[in-house]
Amino acid sequence: MINRINPVTRLLLAILLSIPVIITLDWVSATVVFLSCLALAPVVGFPLRTIGTRLIPLLLVAPLGAISMALYGKPGGEVHFHWFLITISDQSVRMALAAFLRVFALGLPTILLFTTVDPTDMADGLAQVAKLPARFVLGTLAGVRMVGLFLDDWRSLEHARRARGLGDTGRLRRWFTMAFALMVFAVRRGSRLATAMEARGFGGNERTWARPSTVGWPDAIAVGVSIAIGAAALIAAWQAGTLWVIGS
Amino acid sequence: MAISAEGWGWRHASRTRWAVRDLTFEIADGERVLLLGASGSGKSTLLHAMAGVIAGDEGEQAGRLLVDGKHPTRCIGRMGLVQQDPESSVVLERVGDDVAFGCENLRVPREEIWPRVRHALAEVGLGVELNRPTSALSGGQKQRLALAGAIAMRADILLLDEPTANLDPVGIAEVTGAVERLVADRSRTLVVVEHRVDTWIDLVDRVIVLGSDGGLLADGPARETIERHRHTLVDAGIWVPGEPLPDLQLPATEATPAILTGENLTIGRTREHIVQHDLNPQLREGGSTVLTGPNGAGKSTLALTLAGLLAPLDGTISAAEHLRPPARQGWRWRHVRAEDPSTWPGRDLTTRIGTVFQEPEHQFVATTVREELEAGPRALGWDAARTASRIEPLMETLRLTGLARANPFTLSGGEKRRLSVATVLATGPQVIFLDEPTFGQDRSTWIELVQLIATLVTQGATVLSVTHDQAYQRALGQHHWHLTPSGLEVG
Repeated sequence: MINRINPVTRLLLAILLSIPVIITLDWVSATVVFLSCLALAPVVGFPLRTIGTRLIPLLLVAPLGAISMALYGKPGGEVHFHWFLITISDQSVRMALAAFLRVFALGLPTILLFTTVDPTDMADGLAQVAKLPARFVLGTLAGVRMVGLFLDDWRSLEHARRARGLGDTGRLRRWFTMAFALMVFAVRRGSRLATAMEARGFGGNERTWARPSTVGWPDAIAVGVSIAIGAAALIAAWQAGTLWVIGS
Repeated sequence: MAISAEGWGWRHASRTRWAVRDLTFEIADGERVLLLGASGSGKSTLLHAMAGVIAGDEGEQAGRLLVDGKHPTRCIGRMGLVQQDPESSVVLERVGDDVAFGCENLRVPREEIWPRVRHALAEVGLGVELNRPTSALSGGQKQRLALAGAIAMRADILLLDEPTANLDPVGIAEVTGAVERLVADRSRTLVVVEHRVDTWIDLVDRVIVLGSDGGLLADGPARETIERHRHTLVDAGIWVPGEPLPDLQLPATEATPAILTGENLTIGRTREHIVQHDLNPQLREGGSTVLTGPNGAGKSTLALTLAGLLAPLDGTISAAEHLRPPARQGWRWRHVRAEDPSTWPGRDLTTRIGTVFQEPEHQFVATTVREELEAGPRALGWDAARTASRIEPLMETLRLTGLARANPFTLSGGEKRRLSVATVLATGPQVIFLDEPTFGQDRSTWIELVQLIATLVTQGATVLSVTHDQAYQRALGQHHWHLTPSGLEVG
């Protein structure tokens, strides 16, 4: 089901789901967004296993964010502990909890929405649905494909420096000579790629698209559901009396 | 008339010298032309201009160059261009999408694109699924993919710029076979640039030779023209068929002991990228060994592993006693083991085992040729006098003295190759590994390089070269290792 949603719509969904989480700083709104996404993910076709593995990095990041919030967050209310720059107060604990939940509420939908997106499909969507200039979108897509070649280059550069006995010292200087060589390769490959693209008629304004990228009712439903989740999160927080909009 | 040039010339905006000038010729529909010339004679520039990818604001034009009576930039899609480097002609991530790319740009309706794509892939003999990742294709397949992209656009003029220079023999046969089928019924015109004449001689009707200082040196029926201008072509670095290569005097090799021995080696970049298991190579001291085999079998990985640049994933490598560095303080905690080159500090490695990389520029670290040669000795802590006494004769022998102040990145292909070999020799290693040293080199550079290696071997060095080049194998294959997916055969 998720596969029927256009990559550009997914971009919009990620934004819609993030807004209520970014503008607020309380635990209820983030919890509502996170739990809704967690509940909907299997329904729209993500295997439980995928959801589980995607949550792992969040489990590692969230405590870090929460702890730093608890220790260094803006103090307020009763102070429980104070030492040097560290102040643990009622407010910083509340913010820590909110930060912890926010990592999940922002992370889960974003990761799930984009892990299954193919770069080519995304480019098709950006050009055909979002109407971004084809020159820019396809140029970027073709360029990104070359990153793998640069990794190979980088490894050869490292090997060559070790082989010449230059690998033992002067790390920073060595890094610069490698970065320079890589840049030369990048420019050269880039211009050859541009020549190949130009020879195949790339560069004119109008073109046809071999792969249609369209939006339909699944996209509309997804947008509607995302708005509903966002609204539900804000209303729930307001009802629970925890609503805490940033800046207030 | 497919292509006509009348006193045509081109000067790149950043140069004062004309890349090509005074060209006058006509190429008829269905004609097959081999375009020859010394390096720097502007073959690629001419081909790019015919392909319509050189725009007016990139330089200055003289005379006229027309395709079907029109400026080439106005008939994009009629010409298909295939460049030397297979990597930089692939545009998209999936095979089908890549072939469709040109059609989309030419505004071919969608329902017509996919039949064209399938047809084009069949014509070049690339029977892979449309959603196969382009990164999984071999070099020969990538070049045929580029051809298919042109065929799908209905290009009827094929412009090939050394399309086989970076390929192994299997890839070369794939590409020439595909081109042969494409031009078989004379419905397409072919212009191919290539300095290895024998790759294309059976397929072309005509040879056009560009002069080094502009104009045409020769133009006529293929074999006749090559015969008539044989000496000029050889002097220009072109591989003319039947021209004998110099006879090398290599010392006779007896059964010498091994200088590097691998036991039960598992090799690969990482555990996830294992390319070979259970290899037991023994590199004999002195003499020249060539390592051949199909792409992807792990030739370069094996060479890098024996050269101490990649640690074996399993098994052991041991250097002969006299090659091992003397023990130094601090080795134990840095896990240095005297027998295993992959654990040696760089300064111990570079004076014992040297490696010449396929891409000379991967080795360059300095802004002048002289500094480039001094970098290795300086890292070893040699004083100025010792460094000079080492690199001066090297520059002399490798004809780099005149280039001492030039930037290594601005040298010609042959000069870069000589410098990359010189940087390795500067630190005086006893064992030298070379990875595809002759890829894309013209005949003159090739001969110089092969003679240099023969000299090194005569002086007692041990040389192992990874190569696809059959002439190189004949010249320097005293020992022959053949690596295939099923293992290492020693001949």
